[in-house]
Amino acid sequence: MLLISCPNCGSRDETEFHYGGQAHVPYPENPNELSDRQWAEFLFYRDNTKGAFAERWLHSTGCRQWFNMLRDTVTYEIQAVYPMGTPRPDAAGRVTPDTGTASTAADSTTTGNASPDISGTNASATAPSTSSFSTTAPEGATK
Amino acid sequence: MSTQQLPEHPDFLWRNPEPKSSYDAVIVGGGGHGLATAYFLAKNHGMTNIAVLEKGWLAGGNMARNTTIIRSNYLWDESAAIYEHALKLWEILPEELEYDFLFSQRGVMNLAHTLGDVRESMRRVGANKLNGVDAEWLDPKQVKELCPILNINDNIRYPVMGATYQPRAGIAKHDHVAWAFARKCDELGVDIIQNCEVTGFVKDGDRVTGVKTNRGTINTEKVGLCAAGHSSVLAEMAGFRLPIQSHPLQALVSELHEPVHPTVVMSNHVHVYVSQAHKGELVMGAGVDSYNGYGQRGSFHVIEHQMAAAVELFPIFARAHVLRTWGGIVDTTLDASPIVGNTPVENMFVNCGWGTGGFKATPAAGMTFAHNIATGTPHRLNKPFALERFETGALIDEHGAAAVAH
Repeated sequence: MLLISCPNCGSRDETEFHYGGQAHVPYPENPNELSDRQWAEFLFYRDNTKGAFAERWLHSTGCRQWFNMLRDTVTYEIQAVYPMGTPRPDAAGRVTPDTGTASTAADSTTTGNASPDISGTNASATAPSTSSFSTTAPEGATK
Repeated sequence: MSTQQLPEHPDFLWRNPEPKSSYDAVIVGGGGHGLATAYFLAKNHGMTNIAVLEKGWLAGGNMARNTTIIRSNYLWDESAAIYEHALKLWEILPEELEYDFLFSQRGVMNLAHTLGDVRESMRRVGANKLNGVDAEWLDPKQVKELCPILNINDNIRYPVMGATYQPRAGIAKHDHVAWAFARKCDELGVDIIQNCEVTGFVKDGDRVTGVKTNRGTINTEKVGLCAAGHSSVLAEMAGFRLPIQSHPLQALVSELHEPVHPTVVMSNHVHVYVSQAHKGELVMGAGVDSYNGYGQRGSFHVIEHQMAAAVELFPIFARAHVLRTWGGIVDTTLDASPIVGNTPVENMFVNCGWGTGGFKATPAAGMTFAHNIATGTPHRLNKPFALERFETGALIDEHGAAAVAH
């Protein structure tokens, strides 16, 4: 069972939350201009990262607010909790392999300390204060 | 139920060869699907200069972790066709592979607990009959006659309102299935290479020409991916995406008991599925964890939820002790149907997305995937399961029949 730090309510059991899948997937800006392939990408294709993964969670039986979380999909360690609409905390130092690029990089999950550097963020220190926490709906719902 | 003796464990069912520098085809993943694919490539298409690469040990992934249920009572024509073909192959494979892997056609029951369940189940029984799949609708009394330990009282949270029943369905010894395929593959000349992890692919433009591994680069004309939960990782190495999300799926066994459970019982609604293994353990499947995960373990509340359902349906399980629990990584798609076919990379083929129910499909997945790899074009049974369906919209929604919600 994961212990998740809700930005509004503090640490609660995983059973109070609902999973929302990959974060930072914007609704298409010009939906009428998308090809079938692009629609398929938006509707059905999501990253399935092995390692640090930015994802959405909803505190459904608590404050009922959405937030983002950076979690390792192998160790399940929660690396950061951050508001919807803000960039991924480790994005600055992250090498982002664009889709379509073959990557033969060493598996970043084989050792316990190989996760990306997210200095300044850890599960206990990252919960933003309630006053600065945006209560917007997930990306996509507001555009 | 008879308590059959397990067969003696034979020595050296396959060689452990060093990888050669090149093969006509390389299968990535030495689980049930990879081994079955290699077997049918050799047997049906005469391709014997091929290798199966396995990063761990043979059949140590989901092939070792599933609950061994075999059935074909899926709703849509496309699914019924491929799963029923698999069931027909299961019926002849022990003889063909010369290995008794204890395929036991003890029937599978899918319980209905709500009016919605009843309607969906009856519809599925009708669809199954039209597709030549054996299926019956049972009322609660008939359910009780077939499985006397089931609680059909109406004073429980979700009373049993009936069930679908497929008499030809059942279970098999999963390890023995893998060993049976591995031995035949080996006899036909296939190299099964364990402890060989794929780290990348060699490409010439859009065409794959080799596989990079921790034991050197292997040149090959064709690559078939059979990596289940890790399919997305391999696809990313090869430069394309798959509409797959990997989740932990858990299961558990009890300590050994006298035979008490004569069939297989599954319930989508309260979410548990139970059979009793030949040795006597009660084998129970739980649900998937909601989050993406590669950790081969899940959260305990999922197990707790499943046990609550099991004890309400089978009151005599209340005093059974759990022997062990485990998790495997399942590769789920949004329509709960697999992806078998060509990829954007030339000469690379993918068999994945079987999600929570790939074991039952092992022989048909292998047969159709081998056809696809050997000829470059899909077999009629796997054609509807191509990657293109996510663009055309021709999805095959099997959430009702897939048993594990995701």
